Parts: sequence; C-alpha cells; structure tokens
Amino acid sequence: MEKKFNKVLLLGSGALKIGEAGEFDYSGSQALKALREEGISTVLINPNIATVQTSEGVADKIYFLPVTPFFVEKVIEKERPDGILLAFGGQTALNCGVKLYESGVLEKYNVQVLGTPVQAIIDTEDRELFNRKLEEIDVKIIKSEAVENIEDARAAAERLGYPVIIRAAYALGGLGSGFCDNEEELNKLAEKAFSFSPQVLVEKSLKGWKEIEYEVVRDAYDNCITVCNMENFDPLGIHTGESIVVAPTQTLTASECNKLRELAIRIVRHVGIVGECNVQFAFDTESEDYRVIEVNARLSRSSALASKATGFPLAFVAAKIGCGYGLFELKNSVTKDTAAFFEPAIDYIVCKIPRWDLGKFRGVDREIGSAMKSVGEVMSIGRTFEEVIQKGLRMIGQGMHGFVENKELEIADIDKALREPTDKRIFVISKAMRAGYTIDQIHELTKIDRWFLQKLQNIMNTSKELHACKGVAEVPAELLRKAKVQGFTDFQVSRAVGLEEQLGVDEGLMAVRNRRKELGITPVVKQIDTLAGEYPAQTNYLYLTYAGTEHDIEFARDDKSIIVLGSGAYRIGSSVEFDWCGVQALNTIRKEGYRSVMINYNPETVSTDYDMCDRLFFDELTFERVMDVIELECPMGVIVSTGGQIPNNLAMSLDRMGVRLLGTQAKYIDNAEDRDKFSAMLDRIGVDQPEWSALTSMDDINAFIDKVGFPVLVRPSYVLSGAAMNVCSNQEELERFLNLAANVSKKHPVVVSRFIENAKEVEMDAVAKDGEIIAYAISEHIEFAGVHSGDATIQFPPQKLYVETMRRIKRISRKIAKELNISGPFNIQFLARDNDIKVIECNLRASRSFPFVSKVLKINFIELATKIMLGLPVEKPAKNLFDLDYVGIKASQFSFNRLQKADPVLGVDMASTGEVGCIGDDTSVAVLESMLSVGQRIPEKNILLSTGSAKQKAAMLDAAKLLQSKGYKLFATGGTSRYLTENGVENTLVYWPSEEGMQPQALDMLHRKEIDMVVNLPKNLTTGELSNGYKIRRAAVDLNIPLLTNARLAEAFINAFCGLTASDIPIKSWDEFK
Amino acid sequence: MKATLVLDNGMRFEGTAFGSEKPAVGEVVFCTAMTGYPESLTDAAYAGQLLVLTYPLVGNYGVPSHEVKELGLEKFFESNKMQVSGLIVTDYSVEYSHWNAAETLDAWMKREGVPGITGVDTRAITKAIRDNGVMGGQIIIGDAQPSTLNAQPYDAIDQVANVTCTEPITYGEGAKKVVVVDCGVKYSLIRNLVARGLEVVRVPYNYDFSAMAYDAVVVTTGPGNPALYGDTVANIRKAMETGKPILGIGLGNQLLGLAAGAQVEKLKFGHRGANQPTRLADTNSCYITNQNIGYAVMASTLPAGWKVLFTNLNDGAVDGIRHEEKPWLGTQFAPEACSRGFRKDNLMDDFVNLI
Repeated sequence: MEKKFNKVLLLGSGALKIGEAGEFDYSGSQALKALREEGISTVLINPNIATVQTSEGVADKIYFLPVTPFFVEKVIEKERPDGILLAFGGQTALNCGVKLYESGVLEKYNVQVLGTPVQAIIDTEDRELFNRKLEEIDVKIIKSEAVENIEDARAAAERLGYPVIIRAAYALGGLGSGFCDNEEELNKLAEKAFSFSPQVLVEKSLKGWKEIEYEVVRDAYDNCITVCNMENFDPLGIHTGESIVVAPTQTLTASECNKLRELAIRIVRHVGIVGECNVQFAFDTESEDYRVIEVNARLSRSSALASKATGFPLAFVAAKIGCGYGLFELKNSVTKDTAAFFEPAIDYIVCKIPRWDLGKFRGVDREIGSAMKSVGEVMSIGRTFEEVIQKGLRMIGQGMHGFVENKELEIADIDKALREPTDKRIFVISKAMRAGYTIDQIHELTKIDRWFLQKLQNIMNTSKELHACKGVAEVPAELLRKAKVQGFTDFQVSRAVGLEEQLGVDEGLMAVRNRRKELGITPVVKQIDTLAGEYPAQTNYLYLTYAGTEHDIEFARDDKSIIVLGSGAYRIGSSVEFDWCGVQALNTIRKEGYRSVMINYNPETVSTDYDMCDRLFFDELTFERVMDVIELECPMGVIVSTGGQIPNNLAMSLDRMGVRLLGTQAKYIDNAEDRDKFSAMLDRIGVDQPEWSALTSMDDINAFIDKVGFPVLVRPSYVLSGAAMNVCSNQEELERFLNLAANVSKKHPVVVSRFIENAKEVEMDAVAKDGEIIAYAISEHIEFAGVHSGDATIQFPPQKLYVETMRRIKRISRKIAKELNISGPFNIQFLARDNDIKVIECNLRASRSFPFVSKVLKINFIELATKIMLGLPVEKPAKNLFDLDYVGIKASQFSFNRLQKADPVLGVDMASTGEVGCIGDDTSVAVLESMLSVGQRIPEKNILLSTGSAKQKAAMLDAAKLLQSKGYKLFATGGTSRYLTENGVENTLVYWPSEEGMQPQALDMLHRKEIDMVVNLPKNLTTGELSNGYKIRRAAVDLNIPLLTNARLAEAFINAFCGLTASDIPIKSWDEFK
Repeated sequence: MKATLVLDNGMRFEGTAFGSEKPAVGEVVFCTAMTGYPESLTDAAYAGQLLVLTYPLVGNYGVPSHEVKELGLEKFFESNKMQVSGLIVTDYSVEYSHWNAAETLDAWMKREGVPGITGVDTRAITKAIRDNGVMGGQIIIGDAQPSTLNAQPYDAIDQVANVTCTEPITYGEGAKKVVVVDCGVKYSLIRNLVARGLEVVRVPYNYDFSAMAYDAVVVTTGPGNPALYGDTVANIRKAMETGKPILGIGLGNQLLGLAAGAQVEKLKFGHRGANQPTRLADTNSCYITNQNIGYAVMASTLPAGWKVLFTNLNDGAVDGIRHEEKPWLGTQFAPEACSRGFRKDNLMDDFVNLI
C-alpha cells in the first residue's frame, strides 16, 4: 500500500471526566502505535499529562494544550500535518474536529481527516439528519423530535406522549438528559439541556426494553465485521455507562443477533463509516422488534470494552483503516497468523460493572438513569455468569465481597429500591432474594431479564447451602467446587460457614484456601485468543477460572518474571496516573531483560493492553487471586508500589505469605500506613506533625479540641452518609457532622486533628534507594491546605516557597527515607506556614503526581524506581527542579455537571475526576492553559462575586480591582457588594435566593445567561449560607457557567487572564521546553 | 449423574449428564458459534458427531416451539430432529428466559434421546482436537466403561443415508423449479428459495432427477465423507450435461468439486462456526460466513475451466469454486444460513439470477 500521509495530528480527550475517561488514553495510544508502524510522524494535542499517550516515545510531538478549535488551529498552523484523527479522543475531539471542519480550518491548511468523513460524523450526531438517514434504509428509530426552545419541547412531548426522555444533542455520556413523566419535569430538564446544546431531543421513552450494542468495523473496501455484541443487564432507561453489561449477549437467539448484526452493518455502510462505529439498539422483550438508539462514529467506552472483551484491538485497526488498509490486509494481533478480517469467537463471558463514587459528594442524587454518573468501570472474565458477576462486584472495590456475604445493607423499602435504581441496586436484589422475593417479583420491579436473575438466584442458593455447613470440613468437595465455579472467594466461603467469626478474616480464608487445595480445587489459567481455541494465540492475555481443568499456558518458574500489580477501577482518587506508573514499570522490566507480568482488571487502561507486557492476567487484585497467580508464576518478585492504594494495601498480607516484594519492605510500608506507628516514628526522629488523636467518645473529642482549638479535621472510621471527613470550625458544625454523618464509639473511633489555616501544602515526590533519596520533586499547591491534594492546583517547580522551606522539606524527607529504608517511589505531604513544616502524610508508593513531575522535570521517576527495585545500579540524575526555566501547572477537572444536586465545593475529601498538566514559560501562561484545559473560559463581560468571609473578601480585593480595570462588569451579593463599594470597586448589587422579592436576583441573571463567570467562595457550613451559596453554585454548574470556589485559585486565574489573552500563549510542544 | 467424554486418544473429560442418559459414539467436533444451538443441533451436517460448543453458556434462551410451521417445516429449526449424537458444554443453563421458548434444551434432548455433558473444560477439548485433528469419541454415563466395540469410523459411514429424505417433496410454487439434492438439507435453504418465488423439489441424495423437468440444481450441506457419495456425484455430472445452473453448498460444494474432477481433502479440524472469514477471488471483498464442513476441495486439483471462487482467510482452504463459463458454483458456507446472514444475500441473488 502506498503511503498517503507524512504527518498526522491526533486529538486527545483532555482530562478524565465522567463520560470520558481512560478509554481514550487506550484508544489514542493504540492509534499512535499504528501510525508509527507506518512511519508516519505523529503530533498529539492532549493536556492530560498523566496519560500513557503523552509519554515519551508514543507520539513524535506532544502539546499539553486545550483540545479546543482555537488551540488546535494554532498547532495545525505550526505543525502543518497532512492528516488528522478525530475519532480517538472521545466527544471532545470529535466536537472540536467538527468545528474545525465547519469553520474551514481543515480545508485552509489542507488537512485530511483519516477514516470516517466529517459529514458522516455530522450525520450521526445531528438527530434529525440521523433519523432521516436511517429512514432511507428502512431502519427503525426511536420517535423523537429535535427542538430548539422550551415551548417546542413541551409541544413535542405532548405529541409523543409522556414518559419522554430529553437529550442534549452533541453531548457526551447523556449529559443533560433524563426522563420526564410530566410537563413540570420536562420544563426543568429541558432548560438544563439547552444550556449544553442549542438542540434538544424529545423522545418517546422505551423504558424496560433490552439494550444491545454492536461494535462494527468497516474498511474503505466496504468490508464489514461486527467485532462484539453486548447486552445490558439493566434494561433501557439506564445509560449504558451506568449499566452492568455482558458480552456477548446472553438472552438473544441466533435469529435476533443476526437481525441486529445485519441492521448494524446496514447502518454503518449507509452512513459511510470508515473505521470503527458503535450502534446501540433498544430491543423488545416480547418480539424481535427493535429501535436504533444511537450511533457513535468514533471509538467509545464501549469500543474500548469490546477490545478488551475480545482481544480485537479496535482502535489500532481503525487507525490502520484510516491509513487506507483493508481489513484482510491486516493480521489478527493475537494469533499473528490469521487475518484481521474476522469476527471474534468468544468462549468466555465478560461483565462490565460501573464504579460510582457518589458517596464523595454532598447532596448528590443517588438514582441512576439516563445520564452517566459513574467514574470508572471494571471488567471481569470467566466461564459462568455467576463467576463474572461475583468477580466484578469485588473488583469495583467498594467493600463488597461478591453478590452475597456482604455487610447487610439497610434498605427501608426494598420494593422502591428495586424499582428506582441507585448505584446499589444489585445488592438490593441480593437482599430481596435473601428476604424471599421470587424471580418474578424482582423482574416485575426491575425489568431485568429473568435469565440474569436466575443466575443470581443460583449464587444465593449456593450461599444458603454453604450457610448450612458449620466449618469448612463440613462442606462437601462438590459444593466447594460449585461455589468456586460460581465465583465465591475463600473469604465468602469462610464467612458463610462461620469461619470468619470463629477465626477472623485472615485465618478464616486461609483455612478455606488450604482445604480446597487439599481437595485439588484450584483455578486454571485460560487464554483469550479471539477464536475460541480454533487457532493458537501468540499473546498472553489471560484470566483465571474454576470452570476448567487445564491451563492454556506453561509456567517457566525461572526467576525471570516480575509481577506488577495494577491500580484497579478508576475512581476518585486513583485513576490514569497509576496506569501510567504501571506501564512505566512494565516497560522498564522488559527493557532490563525480565518478563513483565501485569495483574489488573480495568478495561479503560493501557496497562491491560496485552501488548504492554509479557503476560497480562486480566483478573482480580484480591489477596486470593494475586496469590493464585504468584503460586503459578513463581516470579522473581512483585511490585506493589506503582498501582496506588490497592496493591499497597496487599503488601502486608503478601509479605506474610513469604512473597518477595520488590522495593521497600512491607514492615516499613506498614509503618507509614499505620497512623500510630508513623506518628511515633516522626516523634522519634524529631519531625513535626499536626496534633491528632483517635477518640471514641464525644467527651474525649471535646477535651482534645479544648487543647488544640478549632478548626479541626474530623475523620470518622465509620461513615453513615456523605463525606468521609470534614473540617469543623465550631462546636455546632462538629456536632452536626458527627450526629448526621458518623458513629462515634469504641468500635468506631474518630480521628481528630488540628487544622492549620492558611497553610501552604507542599508535596515531595521522590525515589530512594536503600534509604537514600536519588531523585525528588517538590511541588506547591496554589490553594491553601484544606483542599484535598487531588483537587488542588499544583505548581512545579514551586514558585512561591521560601528557600528555607524547601531546605527543611528536603531535610525531613531524607530523615524519613532513611528511617523507613525506602527503596522505590514515595510521596510525603507537608504543611508549611512561614518556615514551620509539618508532615501530614507519607505513602511508600508512587503518588498521583508522579507522571506530572516526571514529565515536567523530564526524569522518569518510575523508570528510576523500577531499576532500583530490580536491584540495578542507578545514578543520581544530573539535573533537578532548580534547573527548570519553565513552570508546570496541574489543574483538576470536576464533573459536577453530571452529578445532579451535588454541591460543587472543594473540601478535604477529593471530588475531582481528572486532571491536566500544562507547561508554560511562566506561571500565568501555565495557569491559563491549564484552566482552559479543564473547561474554564475567559469571561466576556459580566462576573458575579460572592467572596465569603472577611478574610476571603480581603484576599480577593486585588483581583476584583484588576477585573474592574480590565473593563469587566462586576455583580456582587450583599456583603461582597458592600465590601467592594467600601473599597472603591464599582459593582452592581444582586440578591441571594433567600432575599425573595428583591431585584435583581442572582439566579435570574444566571438563567438569563447574563453572567459569564461566577466566583462563589463558601464561608462556612451554616445552613443559610449553604442553601444560598449552594443554589448559586449549582445553577452555575447546571447552566454551564464557569465557577470558581477557591479564593487562591480564583485569584491565580483572574491574574492570568487579565494579564494575557489566549493568543498570547506561545504554542510550544513538550520537547521545546528545555 | 456423572457423564464422561472419552476421546479415542484416551483423554477423558468428566462432567455432569443432562438430556438423555444414554451413551453415544461419534466423531468429536467443535463449533465456535456463540448462539444458535437449536439450529446447530438440527443441522444434519452434524449427524454422527459429538458436538462441542466452545461458547460455555448454553441453554439460556431455551428451545422454541416445534409446533410453529412454515411450508410444513418447523419454523425455528433446520430439520425435523436432533441430528447430533451428543452435546458437550461447559455451563448448561438449567433455567431459561425467552419470549419464544417453549421448553428447556434438556427436555428436548431427553425426548430426542441425545445425551449431553455439562461442566467440562470445552476449551481443553477444543485444543486437543485442534492439535490432533478430529477424532472419534464417546459419551459414557455414570461409571460405565467405554465401549470396547470399536465403532466404525465416522468417515466410513454413509452418514447422508440417515438424514436424507426418502422421496421427492415439493415446496412452494413458481415459474421456475429448483431441484434440491438433499444431503442433509437445512430448512432455511428451502425457506429461502421458496421466498424467492421458486418451486423447490427436494429429492433424496441418490435420486436420479435427470428425467425431471427443472431449471436449476442445489446440492445441499450434509455430513460425512464426500468420497462415499458416488451416486450423487454421478447425478451432478448428468445435470452438468444440461448446462443448467448448479449450486453446491458445504458437502454439496465438495461433491460439485468431485463431479468437476477435482479432489477433496479432509481438513484437520474443519470449519465449524459463524465467523469463518473468506475472500472473493480477485477482489478486495471479504465475507464473514457460517460454515459446518470437514472437507474441502483441493485448489491444485481443480481441472481446467474451474476456478477458486472463495479462499478462507484463516487457513487458506478453498471456500468456494466456480466454473469459468458455466453457471456452476459452490461454497463451503451457507448463503442462506439464518444463524448469521451472508452479506446482502448477494451470492444467492447471483445464483437465482442465473436461473
């Protein structure tokens, strides 16, 4: 094939957000790899610095810039690519690409779109065009009407008949969509939808139908294949991103599958897709009737899942097709022998389960529906449905052990909880079954297909059989085997037979483990080979199952393999950054001549790409499963420090089994993790920490606070609802928080620590060898302490730290590294006020900011750490942070717009879903780049200020003056307005929602879109303040108006955009910062 | 009840019996299709075989009613009885859920006297067949001993004799008449031809139809060793003399090849599944096809005037042949298959247009 392109630009998806997460790092990385193989030079725009695709050696040029038409045009102007890929960066890239096409930029610079033509994309995105297109080929669609104002929406709903569903066109993951049973609900939702899109669709609801998806690939020769079909466990009405999904379909006959397959291919041909496409169907439960829900003319979350589910690398193949290849000219990446023109035959079942973090948000609506709220997902592989659902429910990592043997949920009304799904519904089903509900009853309430419920009932029945046994010796071998085939863990068995109660968690599960090994009940390793065993696989994409008797692979046991434990489901607090760390570790292991082995189960990651390592065990990160793999593999060692907290937590139990952990020893990890031990150590080596105490009664808490004073940081060990920790500034807040949110008792102590106000938070990311620091990076939060480090805006190198502060931080870090004899990555968080330094936390593992500091400093900390853990000699890098002539800013991405009713404020508990990292020649440039990358916009004219407490008001005064001098028109609520006026800043007084009858109302102005930016700094947690401020903040989020809630960040952003405009930002690629 | 699959090479796979608790003997083959067990089990091309389904979860959507008929043929099946000798799966679903189901797979198998095994490692069996080639095997129930009577090998048995019709049967009406030589016809083929306005006369595999008035011939799929069906080959040769269109499918394609003078080889483990990729000769057009074959025409033996029409993208086997001038063509796959439709049905269209 002749080469058509020399240089191709790929648009990334930016920060991880709800609806657009790690799957696009995987898709983009695959596409870049495919282009590289063709000798095509690649340019990538993606501000998400924590991704694998923005690592050295993946793309030739990387721009950490916002994926917006403005910046992309600038990059095109500079780089002059001859091709562009729009389908690999989610809706962000697609929307940006469509705009560039419509505005003529692509034509102007003669940039050709690889793969699916833009017109075809527009045809699938614009509902009316799409419907017309499908009607041309007699494909049934869901009756819907596209409207452009609320009146028309009401009329459309009348015509279609309630219930209807509202969707914003051109929006990702069902943003701004929902069900309306009546006009009142429609009014509310439609307004919100219109704030995201000028076009809103009103469609007839088909709640209760099955939801089926097909992934289709088409090449330029019109050859089509369907790579995978998937069935939602949850019926229509729940967004596919919120549904439990299985692949392949389980309840459809051949004739039904055939029908949908034929339809999917007919659609893809007619629309003119060249590459990959996802088609979603609604399917009747009583006939073969169907409707097309939507078509995604790009790589999607589902396509990433399908790739992982089948072993067919959709993004890679789609990129090759974009270069002009026919499917028959490409090889099957797994067999390396047969052609890529084939439809995978699966001989296992996969199950995807979403991971929600709704508990992190104050006030959030827990119901799940047509809009996406989940922050991550897991995929489990097995050979029975019972096995995959139980595996999957453990993988989501929310303290559940499977479908049964969990902590009892407290549900007031089971019927209601079944009827109105929340993130906990599957566990409600478990409870209902335990309570004697029949399958038919549950089906009536949930509309979940009876087949799935029958399988769940099998698990429940086995659980009951186990409960009838006292002790593991009483469990017949056949029952034990059945339980294992149904995905029970040793722990579940132990709990069911009463061993947990008798022996405790660890001893109990060990007793079961030993017993079943005696009985020869052990899992086997199976290979995903895309052809169900028909042809041998050349790759090692593996899973474990009890529904088998033979391993597909052999184990060398030659001390040459190293297991890296992955990071599991993306969730708030642990996401793509740990995938980056894991991948760097794998790369280093391979480079050093060892075989790399990964255990992970997150389909959105690059580390679960079977190309990234020598063996991929796509399986659980439980103690039991990790031990299974270790016992089979007999590795040289195991790395637990690059996958975040999940592997870190396994360190002690693996160590007890005699597993060789590479890097820092388990006992030192424990010394850092255990609050008492760590605290005692700090005292011993003379390092300061904020006073704290673990307390078991209200009296003790009060006595402690008498000593240290308010405010205090309160961390209950048992949380009833809402945030896991809180800062309390006075007695009232303390009591309210503890009464509402937590239990205080001997069993559930509360950790109370002194909260230091207006302190800087500083992070030390470092790598040590035998207790000596080899490389380090100190970075500084822009926000004062009190904002979770995962939400804070971080600058590196620090711009406003005293030299003395840095010196002290280094000194303390050296002491800690030595005391804990660290070998490998670690992170310490400090509080600094003046030059007074206190240690808040220390983790003997890679931290969230490792990719950021590694990429800004251009020293790969994980590569260095891995070499150390392998026992290889390393040298201290020649440069350090003081040598940098530029600044990196890491900013957080929030997804409050998807979390209905959640209060968009920042606190000590993390709330962001992603991050970006941008590099600039000075702080202002980097701040502006990064804030624009996380969706902030430079306001046009009107700004609404409510600047909180007196202290905060004073802090914001200069910024307000600056805004005024730049010609911005300021609006302010009561106290803020008064303060500004007193200080000579012109402003217009607007009224709080509680000041009824007074005009102008702040909320009205927001609804009328008269405000371009809202700065709302919450003062404290008193109820009035909460409701007023909450309403303004929530309205800003719902109406898609940029919102800032932190004084320091607001000030930094205002300074940045008042000092320079977007066009002042120099367009520089990563390698141009030297 | 315990049930065991014993392969001729001595490998044993122990599981649990379902369906009929009768022992069975046959050639062990695997099929990689993920759905379609009611169709597969009634596909006569599996006659005399013990079928291993690589997809582990089987029985999920039950079995549709045998009472619903079209053209007098059971609408949801490929023939009027279960053709396989036995069924081997990993996880038989005791309960089912589907609006169109009338009974469980277990109940149907019991009625038909066909044994099943569940709870065995079908991947391990598949790999054994992949590596050793297809081989004989038997299902034994309980603690019974494997039959020491060496059953006749699959290839030596006239399998088609057991599945073909006994006398000509006519379906549908139309200006044109197609003779369907029943080597183990699938009902979906008859339905497909009738739906195109053709009159179908289904004749036994060894029936001399040369005296009949007809417009085209279709030689169907079926089980067994093509070398055993000399009568059918002779009848195809007679039909060739008329110059009328001939379509061979599966076994029919292999018999067409023999009639043309080519040779046929037994493939190591055949093509059985819904995802067989094939490429139309001299084009960039590829198709996903549904196949159930154990033999293939050898390309090198095709006589002058014949060409390879399709080539399998996995193993390079001949997936179809055609005559360069005459309207004779054959495919290893089912252009009419309802399990997984052929793209736009265009091959069938082509053939019908030839008539």
